[in-house]
This record gives sequence, C-alpha cells and structure tokens, in this order.
Amino acid sequence: MTVGAWEAFWLIVRRELCLSFRRPEQLFQPLVFFLIVTTLFPLGLNLQLSLLRDMAPGVLWVAALLSSLLSLDSLFKSDADDGTLEQLALSGQGLVVIVTAKTCAHWLVTGAALVLISPLVAIALNIPSFAFAIMMASLTMGTLTLSWLGAIGAGLTIGLRRSNVLLSLIVLPLAMPLLIFGAGATDRAISQIGAAGALYFLAALCVFTCTLAPFAAGAALRITLE
Amino acid sequence: MWTWFYKLASPPHVYGLSGMLAPWFLGIATLTIGYGLIDGLAFAPPDYQQGDAFRIIYVHAPGAWMSTFIYTTMAVAGAIGLIWRIKMGHAVAAACAPIGASFTILALATGSLWGKPMWGTYWAWDPRLTSELILLFLYFGAMSLRSAFEDAAQGDRAAALLAVVGVVNVPIIHYSVVWWNSLHQGATVAKLGKPAMELSMLWPLLSMLLGFMLFFGAVLCLRLQGEVLNRERQANWVRQAVKS
Amino acid sequence: MSTVPNGLGVDKVHIWRGDRHVLKGVSLQVSPGELVHVSGANGTGKTTLLRVITGLLQPEQGTVTWCARAINRSRSEYQTRLAYLSHEPALKGDLTALENLRFSVGLKRRASLEELRETLKRTGVAQCADLPARVLSAGQRRRVAMARVLAMRASLWLLDEPFTNLDSAGAELMSQLLQAHVEEGGLAVVVAHQALQIEWPLRRLELTP
Repeated sequence: MTVGAWEAFWLIVRRELCLSFRRPEQLFQPLVFFLIVTTLFPLGLNLQLSLLRDMAPGVLWVAALLSSLLSLDSLFKSDADDGTLEQLALSGQGLVVIVTAKTCAHWLVTGAALVLISPLVAIALNIPSFAFAIMMASLTMGTLTLSWLGAIGAGLTIGLRRSNVLLSLIVLPLAMPLLIFGAGATDRAISQIGAAGALYFLAALCVFTCTLAPFAAGAALRITLE
Repeated sequence: MWTWFYKLASPPHVYGLSGMLAPWFLGIATLTIGYGLIDGLAFAPPDYQQGDAFRIIYVHAPGAWMSTFIYTTMAVAGAIGLIWRIKMGHAVAAACAPIGASFTILALATGSLWGKPMWGTYWAWDPRLTSELILLFLYFGAMSLRSAFEDAAQGDRAAALLAVVGVVNVPIIHYSVVWWNSLHQGATVAKLGKPAMELSMLWPLLSMLLGFMLFFGAVLCLRLQGEVLNRERQANWVRQAVKS
Repeated sequence: MSTVPNGLGVDKVHIWRGDRHVLKGVSLQVSPGELVHVSGANGTGKTTLLRVITGLLQPEQGTVTWCARAINRSRSEYQTRLAYLSHEPALKGDLTALENLRFSVGLKRRASLEELRETLKRTGVAQCADLPARVLSAGQRRRVAMARVLAMRASLWLLDEPFTNLDSAGAELMSQLLQAHVEEGGLAVVVAHQALQIEWPLRRLELTP
C-alpha cells in the first residue's frame, strides 16, 4: 500500500508549514529585512517624492530579491544538519516530489508573505495605488521563480562553508532577467503604459523555471547527498 | 570506429593527445592571428560609418564568440561527466572555465572601449551587454562552486549542473539583439544567408576567429594536461609521465 | 555478476573518497531471514558501504541489486522497501516524536496515529509521544528512531551503529527487535563495532583498510 506522489506532496508541505509555524519569529525575519532594505534607499539617497516614485520599482524588486535570498539558504540546511534530509531522500518518493513540496511550502511562507506586505512598502516608496495590482502580480511570479532558482542553488550548496554567499553568487546572475522584467512591469504600470508585454515575459520565465527547475533541483540534491 | 571516442575517456590517452596537439594548435594559431591582425588592422578598408574605429571588431567579435562557445563546451563536457560519469568530461569543464571567463572579460573590455567612440559611453545596460555580463558571473559562479567542495568529485558534479542550468543564457545572448531594441549591432556574420560584411573585411575576421579557436584549443590542451595529472595523481602512469 | 533472487546483492563495489580507496571490491549477499554484521576499524568504510546499499551513493565500479534487479533501475521502489537508521537519530527537534514518525513513515505507508503510538510503546517511549524531540535524551531519541524503523514495515533494515546511546535495557530491546525482524523473513545489515547479542545465525563481514 504505497503512498502516491500527490499524498506525499501534501504531507511534506504540511510538515514544512508545521515546522515554520513552530518558530514564528523566523517567519518575520525576511519580511522585516524587506522593510528595512526598502527604507535604506530613500534614506541613503535623500530623494524627493517624485524621484522616489521613479526609483520605486527597482528598489522594491532588489529588496524582494535580497530578502528572498536570505531565507533560501535555510531551505535544506536544517534538514541536512539533523539527518532528516537523508530520510526524506530514502522515503521512496523521488527527489523531485520532495523538492517541489519543500519549495512550494517555502514560497508560501516567504514569497507569498512578501507579496502580501508589498502594498505597505509601495506606499512608503510613493508608488500610486492603481499600480498595486500589477506590482503584486509581477512580485508573485517573480518570487515563485526566485524560490525555484534558489532551490537549485540551495541544493548545490548544502553544507558548504559560507553557503549563503555562494548561493547568492549562483542565484543572482540567473535572477537578473527576472529583475529586469519584474521591475519593468511595475514601472510601466506606474507610468500607465501597457505592462502586458513585461508581464507575459515574466509569466513565461515563471512557467519555464517552474517546469524545469524541479528536475535540476532534484539532481542538485542527488549530487550533494552522495 | 568508435574506439577513438571511447579512448577519450582514458586519462593517459587524453594526456598524451593533449601534449601532442598543443604545439600544433599554438603554431597555427600564431599564424592565423598574425595574418588576421595585420590584414585587419592595416589592410582592410575602413568602415563607411565608423572609419578606423571599427577595427576593434577583430578582437572583440571573436572574443565574444569564444566566450559563448567555451561556455557551451563547458556545459556539454560537464553534462557528459554527469550523465555518463566520465571523469574526463569534468576535467575538460574545469580546464575551460578560466579560459572562457578570460575571453568574456576580453569581450566586455574591448566592447567597452569600442562603445566610447560609437555610443558615447563605456557601458550601457542593454540586453546583449547585460547578458554577456551575466555570462561572466556564471563563469565565476561555476569556478567558485567547484572549489568550495572538499570532495573534488562532488565539486565537479555540482559545477557541471550549474553550467548546464546556466546554458539557457547563451541563446539569450545571441538573440538579444533580435528580440529587443538593442544599442548593439545585429548579427552580421553569424546568421543564415549571406554575411552582411564586405569580403575584404570578413577574411581577417574569420581568420582571427579560427586563430582564437586554435588558441583556445592549445590553452585547453595545456590546462587539461595539468588537470589530468592532478586528478590522477595516485595512478602509476602519472609517476612515469612526471619522471620522464 | 552474482545476484540474489529475492534479496540484496552487492557485487564488487569500489568507492573512492578523494584520494582514498575506501571500498575495494566489497561483495555481499543477503537473503530473506539473514542478518549480516559489518565490522571493522574506524575509517574502513562501514558507513559508506551502508550508504551505497541505500542507493544514496553511486559506486564507481560494481553494482547493488535487489531481487536480481539493479537498484538504479527502480530506485524509488527499492527505497520504499528499506529502512535506514543512521548515526544520528534524524529527528526534527521542533516536532513531537509522534509527528516525526507521522511525517517520515507517512511517506512510505499509511499508518494511523494509534498504530504509531503503539510502536512508540513497543520501543519504550510512549510517554515521549507528545514531547518535542529536542527535549528528549539521546537514548530516548534513539528509541524513537527505532520506532520509526519498526513502523516502516520495511523488508531490508540498514542500521548504522544502532546500539549507540542505549542503556543495557535498550540494547536488549534492540537485539530482540532485530531478531524478531529476521525471524519473520526480513533482511538486515548492521554496522556495529561491538559483537551482537543475537541468538540467530549471523554472518560477518569484516572490512579492512
């Protein structure tokens, strides 16, 4: 009576959510980081409100990128440290299912949370409210893609010294197109030019990554578990 | 018929082959690069738009082509090492990485020098330049990842996977001038149909490309010898080879 | 290549770790109802051998077969049939013992919570079922890990130093469970540097450097 992939997926997601909510203070850290980094830009650059609006999409996206990266290091780390990652790998479910479940759960507690508080940050950066919908749509797709890119990077860097630096070094170049289109979409939304093109491209990147990354991340895990 | 292919998986064979090929590659490379530079810099007619400034193309374009070619080679070699577990694949990938990174830096630097007279700026955030810069970061990432592992075999496999994931960037670099409004000029040679370049300008360019390829081949052979010796240092044949 | 029709076959496996030739052509056959005790000094590759058998580590040369088929062919299916107990008990500190079992066993087979509680009772840690694993002692954690192995109902047990951190009662319990497992037709490969107190014919594999 073996357990099907779908059932296993939900079990692992429940496990991850259970673990995340047992340490609620760790859930807030990336969000607080997001808020702090977005504050740094206007403080450091001492901008007038109108100029702030021009820079806002870029600032928002860079901050989202950096705070996502911060939390990605822990995707596999704690499981690798206490030996439960091996147990998961030996559960007979296949690494792709495991990686997919962990990444989805991770996105729910980091990326999705980021998208939900983005209006707050947007107000601080003087982004007009009519641009919120497109901003949140682009952030949703962007953080999802980033979670997947980060899963590949995290899988490759488990257990290495200074793995968070290496992780950033690997993931950021791959995430640059994401930044370009995500910030571009938000920018177009603010200027009220059509953001559809940028959103479509972002969606294409998202779908492409979500389809292929599970296999790459599974392969990465297999390499590191050896 | 396939025996020559299977032999490529054998380290002593690769070592010997590289040692034999390297001087030939280097010799012919010197000749072709020499011809390309002399003809391109001195004898090719000046461009109707850019005048003599266009001559940097003889270093910039082959350099840029090599940067993507070497990345693809590195990714393919790494994939061979990953899928079929052939250690020589990883040796080739490891040897390629610094050479590819150097060509990328060459392309970016010469492009930057060319940009100043042409576009009025040393750098622009346009799709082709940005994706070439991403390529440089990918090279650095692969090299850092490989060296971060204590177990060299694991490091090889991790770097190979990263190279394969990053190969997505290569078509983006090539097609960026087609897909987006780019400052950078479109493809004049590497496209289907007749090249859009005058033949007297084209020959030195092709010669430079051939020369750079052979130069890459020579440096790859030399680096590969070093990689093979390092990786196989426990084997008996290495002791013989080093003694002689 | 020698294979075992309904059991585990390890055929001339070689592993290098960096420059060290850790496993040099190790072979092993285990049939149902057999227990193999792997012993050897530190650094002779006992844990490595076990990891090769689990399929996590690919040997450079040699094969591992299960029921005469190479495990690479049907890795997931093979891994459902085995239970691996590593050096660390591999429990999440923030989850209770019961939750730990539920989330790991639940990936291999559907087991009700009552059944898992029963299993915890069998290994003598029923009182720990609702305590987070981080407050348990090392011995209690090892017993919870044993319960996990039991609850998985696996045919092949791969145990790495299962007697670590166990008091004499715990060690006796472990031996009893092992014996019961092989009596019922299960297979077991146990790495231990001390002798096993089991009244069951066991074979020994001594690894040398």
